[in-house]
Amino acid sequence: MVATVPAPVRPATTARSPKRGRRSRRGEAPLAWLLISPAILGFAVFYAYPTIRGLYLSFTDFHVLSPPVWVGLANFRELLSDDVFWHSLWVTAYFVGLSVVFGILISLVTAVIMHRLTSSRVIRGVILLPFLISGVVAAMTWSWMMDPELGILNELLTKLIGHPLLFFGDSSLAIPSLAAISVWKSMGYNAVLIFAGLQTIPGTIYEAGRMDGASEIQMFRSLTVPLLRNILVMVVILTVIGSFQVFDIVQVTTKGGPANASLVLQMYIYNKAFTQFDFGYAATMSLALFVMLIGITFAQLKMTRANESDLN
Amino acid sequence: MRTANRPSVGRIVAWVYIAAVIVVTLFPFYWIVRTSLSNNYALATNPSSLLPVGFTFGAFKRALGLATTAQAQAQGGSGASLDVALFLRNSVIYATVLTACVVFCSATAAYAFARLRWRGREAMFSILLTALMVPTIFTLLPNFVLIKDLGLTNTFAGMILPGALFSAFNIFFLRQFMLNLSTEIEEAATIDGAGPLRVFYRIVLPMSAAPIATLALLTFINTWNDYFWPLLVTSDDSVRPLTLALAVFKQSSPQTATDWPGLMAATLIAALPMLLLFIVFGRRIVNSIGFTGIK
Repeated sequence: MVATVPAPVRPATTARSPKRGRRSRRGEAPLAWLLISPAILGFAVFYAYPTIRGLYLSFTDFHVLSPPVWVGLANFRELLSDDVFWHSLWVTAYFVGLSVVFGILISLVTAVIMHRLTSSRVIRGVILLPFLISGVVAAMTWSWMMDPELGILNELLTKLIGHPLLFFGDSSLAIPSLAAISVWKSMGYNAVLIFAGLQTIPGTIYEAGRMDGASEIQMFRSLTVPLLRNILVMVVILTVIGSFQVFDIVQVTTKGGPANASLVLQMYIYNKAFTQFDFGYAATMSLALFVMLIGITFAQLKMTRANESDLN
Repeated sequence: MRTANRPSVGRIVAWVYIAAVIVVTLFPFYWIVRTSLSNNYALATNPSSLLPVGFTFGAFKRALGLATTAQAQAQGGSGASLDVALFLRNSVIYATVLTACVVFCSATAAYAFARLRWRGREAMFSILLTALMVPTIFTLLPNFVLIKDLGLTNTFAGMILPGALFSAFNIFFLRQFMLNLSTEIEEAATIDGAGPLRVFYRIVLPMSAAPIATLALLTFINTWNDYFWPLLVTSDDSVRPLTLALAVFKQSSPQTATDWPGLMAATLIAALPMLLLFIVFGRRIVNSIGFTGIK
């Protein structure tokens, strides 16, 4: 979750007024470089170099065993005419849409209700539990509960609607089922983040609202949501970025099936690279995903900055 | 901020909602336990029983490889097992070494950025922060190629190195904290003749214990649960972590007449370390997630 938080550029605190004299500038520089050298090494070798190499590989035909061959824009042309790519982009967008809409809605409602009722750390801890387990564990558990023959969810459905549902076997249900697992897993984490945001809103604002005769719903709409905007945008960005890269729960449950119905982008990239060994094309698709994520992040950040006012 | 002390309809509805959320959150965990204590053959006769069906520890014995093939098959197992001790060891090495290294390297870097004065400090900090913009997926494939070129696939070094030296988020987070530490104690120590390195070890590091613990916990959880990177760089049981081994175990189980109790026993074993961590550090985890969000 920590991987891609949008970089807050240049916090205001960087320029500390230099303390007169006592420590000499020359004396500290070698130590400083020594202390940051592991970070610089890690950044250069495992972030900067792979980023540049990824860019380069997306212009090549590369099958790992032989060196990459420059092919110019061939991969990009292939991408534009690759129906499977566009299909998987659509599938991913569908998954992201469901995860964001339902995930944020449920987390927001849960956080607001918790905030009104109780500050119990135990309850917050309990709803956070699914965040701590791996996607593999979550997917295993839900694929058992959604099992068409013996799964408890289908036992329940059979009693309610008379027949079980093939959650992972039905192409129209595969993505909603995966999104449900994803929402279950991340809801508590998002709710705890939003809850922390709610705690920063001063209670006096609500008292003032109440004095003006505002109802709970009115106060939620015109006080809570606007004041929470920054944290909501952060939660939305984290959810979008996270669900765009969904892989483990898909790999454990449907593997992209049935008939590519849940072939999310990351799954398709993985298949291209590790079953067809087409690394050049896989790199091109990763680049496309990278560009889309950057675009979405900037668009969302702009949305917050555009009308920044409220509490600050 | 409580609306009213009398129980209104709204408050009751709200409590019912919270109760429902808790049930939906916890039920799958209960279901893991309930299923793992069931007999696979008996399970089919009463799939909606809330209690274990044909109570037995057989599933755990099967998953751990403690049952003979005949015993396993008599209870509906496939005979496949999970070498839990080995995978647990691998996970512990992977997550512990990576966490210790990256948190230490981030702390030293954060100190250099927050407390030392040197030419190029702000520029270098901005450069390192650009890493936050690159999604992991984009660096995964080239990193795999790099690890392969270095001949480090199927080694702990190959699994750990890419994450062990640098984390932009950790550096940013710790630097923010260190900037807000009072400088008085450091200045006193400096007057007493302590060098900057000594100040770091004796003063700044101990004072930053809380945020360092927070980052260590979050890094450990993420690494323990990581699936994609180990999947790329390992193909050998000798280094595979538990999370990955569990997914492989699932794939090796038969599609028809699946041994769900065995799978759930393995799932519980894989989730157990995180559940223990949660019981011990639950409070800190809840606080730290709220904290990282506000920052």
